[in-house]
Amino acid sequence: MKTGNRKLQEEKVFKDPVHRYIHVRDELIWDLIGTKEFQRLRRIRQLGTTFLTFHGAEHTRFNHSLGVYEIMRRIIEVFEGKPHWQENERLLCLSAALLHDIGHGPFSHSFEKVFQTDHEWWTRKIIAGDTEVNQVLRRMGEDFPQKVADVIEKTYPNKLVISMISSQIDADRMDYLQRDAFYTGVSYGHFDMERILRVMRPTEDQVVIKNTGMHAVEDYIMSRYQMYWQVYFHPVTRSAEVILSKILQRVKALQESGYSFKQHPYHFQGFFKGELPLEEYLQLDEAVILYYFQMWQQEEDRILRDLCQRFMNRRLFKYVEFDQNFVMNDWMKLQELFRKTGVDPEYYLVIDSSSDLPYDFYRPGEEEEERMPIHLLMPDKKLRELSRESDIVEAISGKKRTDHKLYYPKEWLDTPGNEHEKKQIRDILQVQEGKREIE
Amino acid sequence: MLPDHAKIMTLLNDAEVIVGRKKLQKIVYIGKKMNLPLQEKYTFHMYGPYSEELTLRVEELCSLGFVTELKEKKSGYYQYRYKVTDDGKTFLEKFPMDWPEEEALGLVKKLNDHSSKFLELVSTMLYFDELSKAEVKNKVFTLKKSQNYSESDIEEAWDFIDSLKRKQ
Repeated sequence: MKTGNRKLQEEKVFKDPVHRYIHVRDELIWDLIGTKEFQRLRRIRQLGTTFLTFHGAEHTRFNHSLGVYEIMRRIIEVFEGKPHWQENERLLCLSAALLHDIGHGPFSHSFEKVFQTDHEWWTRKIIAGDTEVNQVLRRMGEDFPQKVADVIEKTYPNKLVISMISSQIDADRMDYLQRDAFYTGVSYGHFDMERILRVMRPTEDQVVIKNTGMHAVEDYIMSRYQMYWQVYFHPVTRSAEVILSKILQRVKALQESGYSFKQHPYHFQGFFKGELPLEEYLQLDEAVILYYFQMWQQEEDRILRDLCQRFMNRRLFKYVEFDQNFVMNDWMKLQELFRKTGVDPEYYLVIDSSSDLPYDFYRPGEEEEERMPIHLLMPDKKLRELSRESDIVEAISGKKRTDHKLYYPKEWLDTPGNEHEKKQIRDILQVQEGKREIE
Repeated sequence: MLPDHAKIMTLLNDAEVIVGRKKLQKIVYIGKKMNLPLQEKYTFHMYGPYSEELTLRVEELCSLGFVTELKEKKSGYYQYRYKVTDDGKTFLEKFPMDWPEEEALGLVKKLNDHSSKFLELVSTMLYFDELSKAEVKNKVFTLKKSQNYSESDIEEAWDFIDSLKRKQ
């Protein structure tokens, strides 16, 4: 049985379109990549349903995890020999970076919402449980898997290590912004990572940025802001996500009602019971889920069949934006009109809100905030919060942006039948559309 | 309006007013741990369990005019005050919801009577509830060094948690 870590006789490299090469020199990392739990990430897309909007977004959590590892490796190169950096934390940081998303399942966002699961919980189980990942990690000591889990869960005592993988400027975000921009093909999401890496410095409890790198960090924060609204919250992606969630909700409801499926949801049984063994969770990937969606297009249940056809053939819901007046006065009425026409609003009239906070911080004299701010290391060696120095960051600091959308099957309004109710529905929705145009 | 938004509004309405973002975060977390049907996802942050989802949900409620967030100065210190608006109350009356009214009201009021520092301790201890009491104490002393919690604070928090569980 192997113990400890050895340097590989020859460095291994993965060709990567974002970082050019991903370099592996440690046997521990190489063996973690080879575990079946890590290889499973090849079958889980990084951006879930975004491929229905940006067709290039087919990249997986495997690519991203390798990318986060590579950025972490490069941060460590910069930190080597500097005060506060402890060389004995190197493999812990690399392992945590590589495994930080190991618990993600297929279309995690929707699954977590409908079945009340949590990918962070699965991450702990995979790292601590009877898995190949755990066996490899234990070579570094019996407590090493727990340390890796603690770093990912942000409960590890060394806050510097946590901030390298999880803070407002960390290896995870720096990889996903660039990778998601590359694969979606958008022109946002680019920033000078080389520059940021060169000016990162370790302190006792967080990574800070030399003040000369401020403009590169400004660019990074603006990239993040743009990516959220242009890619992550894209209304078409959200529509696909809404339909996906509704499919899962319908399957759950049918199962509870004793419905007899043509294609029984065998792989969902653990979710229904609320007791899913780890090995069954690990069998789930997007291929399995999409197989069910494909088959359920022939189900007797009209709603499940229709929702699956919509998802598989990209016949998504349209949307209107709405405001308080709509919620107070029209929302209940609209649901009632849907019911009158025989269309269940629970599945066909869906509210979805998105909000984001691009950068936030705590200033002395204000209530404490949970987010650790980005600090600049000034020439006098003092730390200064980023927005105190940067007008650009100051302008967006603490600014939240929110939008509310109502999704519905617009094409159904043009089908024959229930003309009177459909006209009333159209009238309500057009008022909302009109308001948006005026804005 | 989604049920999850309405539940947060109901909780806020039960409390009447919650002063402090941290306090709101911890009340929702402890409520969730005491089996109130709340869905917000929490991870561990600087001050213990924190939900980005809750922060954004409250922002969404503010943008719809159902909740107000007032920044107020209190002895040279700024803090945030959260309250359900009259429109929010009207909406809640119209919105039928599955919510354990009596149980939630008592719990939320009890939590709101405590300081955010104490609730931070309680929520941190609940976050590690799969560990033994000794391990939980060790976690508190390691991760909450700056808060200087004492042995007696931890004892008080255990008693408080027991009293919450007894009422369930």
